[in-house]
Amino acid sequence: MWVDLIIALVKILFIFAITVGFFAPVLTWVERKQSALMQDRIGANRADIMGFTVLGLFHIIADALKMFTKEDFIPDGANKILHTMSPIIALVPALITFAVIPFGGQYTLFDKEVNLVISDLDVGLLFVFAIASLATYGYVIAGWSSNNNWSLLGSMRTASQMISYEVSMGLTIIGILMVYGSMKLTEIGAIQENFWMWGIFLQPFGFIMFLTASIAENKRIPFDAPEAESELVAGYFTEYSGLKFGMFFMAEFIEMVTIGAIMTILFLGAWHIPFLTSATLLSWFDFLGTTGANIVLMLIHVGVFFGKVVFFIWLQMIIRWTLPRFRYDQIMKLGWKIILPLSLANIMITGLVILALK
Amino acid sequence: MLEQYLGAAIMLLMALGIAGGMVMMTSLLGPKREFPDKMEPFECGESQLVSPHQRFSVKFYLVAVLFVLFDIEAIFFFPWAILFRRLGMFGFIEMLLFVLILGVGLLYVWKRGGLDWE
Repeated sequence: MWVDLIIALVKILFIFAITVGFFAPVLTWVERKQSALMQDRIGANRADIMGFTVLGLFHIIADALKMFTKEDFIPDGANKILHTMSPIIALVPALITFAVIPFGGQYTLFDKEVNLVISDLDVGLLFVFAIASLATYGYVIAGWSSNNNWSLLGSMRTASQMISYEVSMGLTIIGILMVYGSMKLTEIGAIQENFWMWGIFLQPFGFIMFLTASIAENKRIPFDAPEAESELVAGYFTEYSGLKFGMFFMAEFIEMVTIGAIMTILFLGAWHIPFLTSATLLSWFDFLGTTGANIVLMLIHVGVFFGKVVFFIWLQMIIRWTLPRFRYDQIMKLGWKIILPLSLANIMITGLVILALK
Repeated sequence: MLEQYLGAAIMLLMALGIAGGMVMMTSLLGPKREFPDKMEPFECGESQLVSPHQRFSVKFYLVAVLFVLFDIEAIFFFPWAILFRRLGMFGFIEMLLFVLILGVGLLYVWKRGGLDWE
């Protein structure tokens, strides 16, 4: 009992360390460095300690210090309680969706089965959608409580866009559920040990539509109409300052990681290396004993998993700095008139193929 | 059954702690210098011309209503998709009828201009 609790706590702390402690701050730097690279600039390289810049990595520390020490500002006429609560409502769902996402398989360590997922739910994928959609409240309340026209416009756009793409996102994923016959993310991951069972081969259209819908759900360029700097100042977080402002960004970056993780689990073979089964890897490291071989296998799998997540983050960054922003009516049209009918067709075609192969 | 959710519950508490701690930290550490001009809501240098709390386009309500309809229908797909292999041909034809009804609804909204943003 106590051992289980300690293992669960270690896993939770690991996830928080890697999302809040590593990805969220590092991605602020990566985003600037990537834009600099693509626009042929030198980019973030000014912050230094004793003359050392380390590729501008000290900007992360500078940003964090600045955000903590800025004035926490609430405008006149704003609802103070809701204004303070909304960054929390936006950030918490982003943090806890990782509870059902496995970041590795099952390993026998010291005669104990360790499953690298915090809560192995049967309805894993539904949990992700349910929790992720709660973040909409945070954004809407943020815009509504600020008593600012730009914020309100931004939050109305956010609400419409997020709920529209939630429908599409739910339907694009049905095809992959039909193929695997499970919503348990650990099970879906385990099936993909066979390279030809990877979701990207079985559901190529589902993959592209899900990628599009999830970028729209996260409100990143080219779907960033809710924050649109050139139209709405900063959209729903115009009236936010200090770390409250930073929390919206943090939520966005952590959601990027979550999207990458879900895409990896569903479409890119989870923690598996192509053509290399866990049994083969275990036999290679047999000389280390059962526990030793399992530890090596676990490290390899976690490394491979986060490697794939980093690939998806890189893909989202490339898209962000390549495409211009869509007009709002184009965004809504893509969601309702293109992705929704196409995903219904995808479900039916998947069904036909499965029945034909039976 | 419920102990499955224990990990997620612990994570929720810790996430609330992290987020709450961040808000506390930033309001405690930052300076507080308030004067009337600064406290005005930002409107590109002007004083606020109109209050944000007034009517806005009915389109947003319409999208919300459509969302409720279509999201509930999307939820019906989940259990069906999981059991699809066991249901076989029967399940496929049943769902084909369901999708047709859903498609007629979508077509109706589409033709009535419910999905247009001018």
